[in-house]
Amino acid sequence: MSKNNIVYPYIPNSVPEVKAEMMKVIGINDPMELYEREIPEELRFKGVMNLPEPIYDEYSIKRHTEDILKKNKNASEYLCFLGAGCAPHFVPAVCDEINGRGEFLTAYVGESIADHGKWQAFFEYASLMAELCDMDILSIPMYDGAQAAASSIRMANRINSRGTVLIPEKINPENMMVLKNYLKSVPEPDIKIVTLKCDAAGLIDVEDLKSKISQDVCAVMIENPTYLGSVEVKAEEIGKIAREAGAEYIVYTDPISLGVMEAPANYGATITCGDFHTLGLHMGAGGCQGGFIATFDDMKYISEFKDLMFGITETSVEGEYGFGEVLFDRTSYGSRDKANEFTGTSTGLWAITAGVYLAIMGPKGMEEVGTTIMQRSQYAAKKIAEVPGVEVNMSAPFFKEFVVDFNKTGKTAAEINEALLGYKIIGGKDLSFDFPEMGQSILFCVTEIHTKDDIDKLAYALKGIVSR
Amino acid sequence: MSRDRYSRFRKFHQAKWDEEIIFELSVPGERGVLVPKAEAAVADEIGDGVSVLGGLKRKKAPALPEVSQMRVNRHYLRLSQETMGTDVNIDISQGTCTMKYSPKVQEHLAARHPGIVEVHPLQDPDTMQGVLEIIYRTEQLMKEISGLDHFCFQPGGGAHGVYTNASIIREYHLSRGDYKRDEIITTMFSHPCDAATPNTAGFKVITLMPDENGFPPIEAFKAALSERTAGIMITNPEDTGIYNPRIKEYVDAAHAVGALCSYDQANANAFLGIARAKEAGFDMCHFNMHKTFSAPHGCMGPATGAVGYKDFLKPFMPVPRVEFDGRKYYLDYNCPQSIGKTRSFLGNFGVILKSNMWIMQHGAEGLKEAAICSVLNNNYMMKKLKETRGVVMYYDFGVGKNRLEQVRWSWEKLQQDTGFGTGDVNQRLSDFGIQHYWTSHHPWVVPEPFTLEPCESYSKDDLDEYCGVLAEISRECYEEPEVIKGAPHCGPTHRVKHPEINDEELIAVTWRQYLKKKGLKK
Repeated sequence: MSKNNIVYPYIPNSVPEVKAEMMKVIGINDPMELYEREIPEELRFKGVMNLPEPIYDEYSIKRHTEDILKKNKNASEYLCFLGAGCAPHFVPAVCDEINGRGEFLTAYVGESIADHGKWQAFFEYASLMAELCDMDILSIPMYDGAQAAASSIRMANRINSRGTVLIPEKINPENMMVLKNYLKSVPEPDIKIVTLKCDAAGLIDVEDLKSKISQDVCAVMIENPTYLGSVEVKAEEIGKIAREAGAEYIVYTDPISLGVMEAPANYGATITCGDFHTLGLHMGAGGCQGGFIATFDDMKYISEFKDLMFGITETSVEGEYGFGEVLFDRTSYGSRDKANEFTGTSTGLWAITAGVYLAIMGPKGMEEVGTTIMQRSQYAAKKIAEVPGVEVNMSAPFFKEFVVDFNKTGKTAAEINEALLGYKIIGGKDLSFDFPEMGQSILFCVTEIHTKDDIDKLAYALKGIVSR
Repeated sequence: MSRDRYSRFRKFHQAKWDEEIIFELSVPGERGVLVPKAEAAVADEIGDGVSVLGGLKRKKAPALPEVSQMRVNRHYLRLSQETMGTDVNIDISQGTCTMKYSPKVQEHLAARHPGIVEVHPLQDPDTMQGVLEIIYRTEQLMKEISGLDHFCFQPGGGAHGVYTNASIIREYHLSRGDYKRDEIITTMFSHPCDAATPNTAGFKVITLMPDENGFPPIEAFKAALSERTAGIMITNPEDTGIYNPRIKEYVDAAHAVGALCSYDQANANAFLGIARAKEAGFDMCHFNMHKTFSAPHGCMGPATGAVGYKDFLKPFMPVPRVEFDGRKYYLDYNCPQSIGKTRSFLGNFGVILKSNMWIMQHGAEGLKEAAICSVLNNNYMMKKLKETRGVVMYYDFGVGKNRLEQVRWSWEKLQQDTGFGTGDVNQRLSDFGIQHYWTSHHPWVVPEPFTLEPCESYSKDDLDEYCGVLAEISRECYEEPEVIKGAPHCGPTHRVKHPEINDEELIAVTWRQYLKKKGLKK
């Protein structure tokens, strides 16, 4: 019990009698003696930290926090058409059921026997993602898609020791910021980023690629679908150019597209990566992202992964599955600064959830969800294009997202989005900050959760807003 | 039936389901869930929606399993039962990880409240004032807890936080035109990420070995410093639980040559309200919100590495910064010297929320009580474990000297006496309903190591049970070696033949790779 006579429910030994008994065993009269002998006086914090008055009881802390969270507008009371790296998707209840299980929720780095189920769930995550990507190898997950992109490029650099990466100029700006930092070194960057020209829909200018490819390029990375939603129709040709120059071909993809879109492996990708937040996870204010990298079964790639890999193996009992660590010394847990980059706690619970999602969806589910997304997003683009003054100029097919050009409406993207809130609609991503050359354009995102009525409401609202 | 009246042990057996791999459950045609389909009117107007993909339309459906919903749910529930989370065991085993209780009230809000779950991270700040308020308020709490001036919660884990700090050290020196600083100094008992992340950020890494006191001598440290030193990145107390009492001298010496000092506070649990980064002179620090501040570990994430800085480093912090103008919260991207981002969006908001709620339920007094009880628990356990046959405590300085929140122990004596080492004991541990313990980071400086951290969540009875189990396993090693040889006996599986797989022929990290290697390719 502390000075304020509280016995804390999360600190069983704050009961004074218990504490006294333990001190007696240790041979001290005051727990502070334990510190006094170890931490010099001048390094000890004097006084009491100036923190807010605590909220001790469970109901009140819940109420207090809910009152703050209520200030957030959200996609259950509003229609949300915002994507750009995180999007509202359907989350099967079983996904939440499994990731809410205390055993998974509170497990950590336990070994393969007591945590056999966790290891199997990770093995299955990797196995299911491998089928989706039509590749063979995945590690446990990364922080997010940006990290997966960055580490894919570093893998390529380690494989071929080349110092330049080519990426589209219109890649996801969040990812671009992460890449720029991650590829740096002292004093010069390890890997130089050179961008490739893109059209208004985000498609790469292949002639520009041809002029920039060289023996110094470690990888060509594209996004497919692109950040602006379009399908990179020349993906196979781009890959050919990359591989003929001896570079790795990295394709950053949205895994929920892969029920209908070809797996990058089948049009030349040597490394597939992306963010799996679309597979059974909520938006969570950005807290449900998770990164993956997939490659073919080749030691050239396997030995360059940076994160733990769990391999299936045998136990002392015939026929029983067990799991072991694969090439542990690749990782910084095994080799500190001699490792492939660094590893650590990332997004294990979300990877297990993505596995649950793929298991429950199956091949049919993935095909259907992709189809619904394509139909509804095309329907939305069509309806929005009918609004006077508004243009949708996608030069290629698109998946889930598309750019709407408001330049001729005399209104800014910010004004459009603000007005949409009045219709209880969270609009799309305003592109004017990241891509000023596109003027007043908005990236709208339509998924399987948006009904025809939702889309019609959006088109109706836009019509009303631009006509004002 | 309760625990054995005399031994106090449990007749435990973990769930053992012999559960198939999910692919083995596939029945062609079965469905786990039906998904929304486009309305007829949409299909009429658009067509099938996918023909437009042309050559990029998927030709062969992914070979995912086809399993009914009940079977998928049962499958994963069984796997969860074959996992020993903190919620179901006395999780003292995973030293350096601070496996504390994660209050359910926090979890339920974070996992279910639409004000988080259904919020998009790129919403207009005006429409996510609650998210920004929690982040801002948590920053204020962390400032006081560390004594530093600014915090950011973007990094997605502890190592990621340390990496962010390494990036900031780099940008700080480069911004001053100081291009020759390419070395970072760390210590062997600091977490591996203190060596690995600066290497990823572009530095050469110098690792100092401990002397008989458990930390590197100040003379060796000073000898390693030079005009090339960009920074020091160290843990204190290190993974041994020993607090380096001369830490301020190390920090001052580093500052004297123009280096920055980064404090890895993964082991901060014993220090809340007791000792802070500021008083020790550090320029930056990081905390694991999923350890010290109670967010659950989630089978290795999602997590948050909270990073803190002195004012002069604010310009280099990740963007966006969450600011408050007295009326509302807003995002500031106008930071031209910023390192940019190390993770997309605002980080793992759910983890930040849970940590905020935990701190708010304790206040200044409560945080200190948590720290004190964690040290009390550890020293109580030390007293008991030192009496256990075969156990050695390295860096044992005798009467009057203590450890803080954890101890790196050794079964060196046990191994000499019986031939059984830490790995053997560890295999047996789960038979008593206790998670395998954490041995040590690599390399093993302490032989036959195991690292225990009995944080404040555990009761005296828990500690007694745990110590009793270790004493019993020690007894078995000396008296009943057959029991140890066959362990584990009561787990979901038996001893794994290849716990470390380095032979290419044996590598199978996915089901398809496994089938291929077994010659069973579909």
